[in-house]
Amino acid sequence: MADSGFGQMAGRRRHLLGIGGLDPGQIRSALDLAETYISLNRKGGPRDVLRGRTLVNLFFENSTRTRTSFELAGKRLGADIVNMSTSGSSVSKGETLIDTAMTLNAMHVDMLVVRHDQSGAAALLAQKLDAAVINAGDGTHEHPTQALLDAVTIRRHKGTLENLTVAICGDVLHSRVARSNILLLTTMGSRVRVIAPPTLIPSGLAAMGVEVFTDMERGLEDADIVMMLRLQKERMSRAFVPSAREYFRFYGLDAAKLACARPDALVMHPGPMNRGVEIDSAVADDLQHSVIQEQVEMGVAVRMAVLDLLTRDARGNA
Amino acid sequence: MSRLNTFRAFTGARLIDPAAGLDRTGTLIVRDGAIEGIADDAPDGAEVVDCGGAVLAPGLVDMRVGLREPGEEHKESLAGLAASAAAGGVTTLMVLPDTDPPLDEPALVEFVARRAASFGSVTVLPCAAATKGCAGRELAEMGLLQEAGAVAFGDGRHAIAEARTMRLALSYARAFGAMVVQHPEEPSLASRGAVTEGELATRLGLPSIPAAAEALMVARDLRLAALTGGHLHVAHVSTAEAIGLIREAKARGLRVTCDTAPPYFDLNETAIGEWRTYAKLSPPLRTEEDRQAVVAALADGTIDAIASDHQPQDTDAKRLPFAQAEAGGAGLETLLAVTLGLVHTGKLGLSEALALLTCRPAALLGAKAGTLAKGAPADLVLFDPDRAWQVREEALVGARNTPFDGRPMQGRVLGTWKAGRRVFG
Repeated sequence: MADSGFGQMAGRRRHLLGIGGLDPGQIRSALDLAETYISLNRKGGPRDVLRGRTLVNLFFENSTRTRTSFELAGKRLGADIVNMSTSGSSVSKGETLIDTAMTLNAMHVDMLVVRHDQSGAAALLAQKLDAAVINAGDGTHEHPTQALLDAVTIRRHKGTLENLTVAICGDVLHSRVARSNILLLTTMGSRVRVIAPPTLIPSGLAAMGVEVFTDMERGLEDADIVMMLRLQKERMSRAFVPSAREYFRFYGLDAAKLACARPDALVMHPGPMNRGVEIDSAVADDLQHSVIQEQVEMGVAVRMAVLDLLTRDARGNA
Repeated sequence: MSRLNTFRAFTGARLIDPAAGLDRTGTLIVRDGAIEGIADDAPDGAEVVDCGGAVLAPGLVDMRVGLREPGEEHKESLAGLAASAAAGGVTTLMVLPDTDPPLDEPALVEFVARRAASFGSVTVLPCAAATKGCAGRELAEMGLLQEAGAVAFGDGRHAIAEARTMRLALSYARAFGAMVVQHPEEPSLASRGAVTEGELATRLGLPSIPAAAEALMVARDLRLAALTGGHLHVAHVSTAEAIGLIREAKARGLRVTCDTAPPYFDLNETAIGEWRTYAKLSPPLRTEEDRQAVVAALADGTIDAIASDHQPQDTDAKRLPFAQAEAGGAGLETLLAVTLGLVHTGKLGLSEALALLTCRPAALLGAKAGTLAKGAPADLVLFDPDRAWQVREEALVGARNTPFDGRPMQGRVLGTWKAGRRVFG
């Protein structure tokens, strides 16, 4: 595999700030490398690609699963991992993101994995930081490693990312996962549909090359992939939808609605799930369709691939 | 130096006075801080200022400038504001009342005007709060505030949200012949929004404001202006829809006026690019179609004035994730150059463009400014309409948060005079 120059440049370093701007070759190279790490992980062989390198997990929002996934990915490649908690730290005492970046620079960190509740936060850090910045979710903007792990999962089952019909269902308005997946899947040549109540569909979405449905059964017709999104509880209190039970009735994925999709359709969810709100337990646990557990496994491999690719320039090899 | 005993002849100038329809080569005579007249040559005894063929026009009148003193002097002090204004060729300006504390007390209005006057380079006319604390609930003491020097009323960067309060403000201000200046944005649609709703906002995942939030507020306020007979002034209009409503209301004879600011006719929403917080403004930058509608409304006279909407912010307020960064751009020092862009692209004549920056806002403010008429204060700007330069934030005299950073400009201020005294250049 040729060095495709994965990621986005900011300052003197390569970062992964989003799927936006990646070309199909870059995406494919990350997925191919992830595949090799899947088999390595299953064999459990030690790796030392990142030995002597320091990775900092900086999570301004709680996320046990994503943080753990990055931590495992880094450890399996031999990196030193530091988890920075932001509660009770100087960050929660009003230190700005720029101050945090300056502090991390002084500590000579090689990789920074950041999750933040503000769109653009990862890009702001990348401008000031000497480390490779990996966006682990910034506000409602992007969550690129989630889209990459979804893509690996899909490709392993369907053998391709081209000409698939993918239905993304739920709170698209507030979803960084949806944005990254729309960008990745349209870039790779699949058809993306979005299914949600009109109050959760952002303006101008069709211009991103997707088809918008407000009727779930019609939107699911002949879908190869059904991607569910988490409906956060606080969205209901701000009255985007009237109640959880009404939401589940019209936009929750149950066996009856899933029957509209292709018989071999995959059901995906980025987790954590709200069972009985956006997805029925029976569907979530139906291993004939559900690949939700497999997504988690792919997450570690994809993150190993991303860490490997982004540090190749700095490590002076390819 | 005192304004008395000055006797100057500005020779070799292209004199433009839009108020008088004047555009000729000649010599402007200034004595004791006032304009004495126009001649072909310098009279004996006058100190000669050679204008070298540049344009000499009335000092600019800027009817919307954000004030940070008192309360946020670290963003821009009154002294800094005066220096920015002089560098931009602005000699008269209206400041907004949303300081901390706000300008809802006659003593504060007096303080601001008097302190600004102490610098001697710019006349500062306060727009006082329309409601106490700019909070949008109880009317401020408009009569007393006007006696203290207020020339208009409004709540600065806050919309007067409640229809009843706005009705009372428009109605009560009639007693004092004053206009009510509205920030045209329906707050419940705008809350926490950082950009205009649409594809770009969706791609960036930023909280957004529908463009209709402007038209909605303008439509309501026009009804209230009709109901009360009050003078409504809509600040920084930026959307085709709102402009259409104002155009139609003017045709019906309603007392409504409006201004816009350079970002809204020179930039569109793409200027925010990859999270450029200097281009985060309120109202937010709009689509290209809206930008073109603003240009058309400047050309057909619907828009009465161009104001800088200068809103100083420091780097701490801007070096944040986009949605958390403060809105507002510095504008005094780029006001003339960006406006001249409309002349260079043939959208406006030079005299027409200058009218939007001089006599037309002066008339709205009731200010003795914006003209080269005999007896008027010798407030002057000298500029080369073609001189090229590039905006660099670090080269600005005052607040640096310009949305035009890096932009090449055509047309530059060479000198500014206030009451006959050179204050810039």
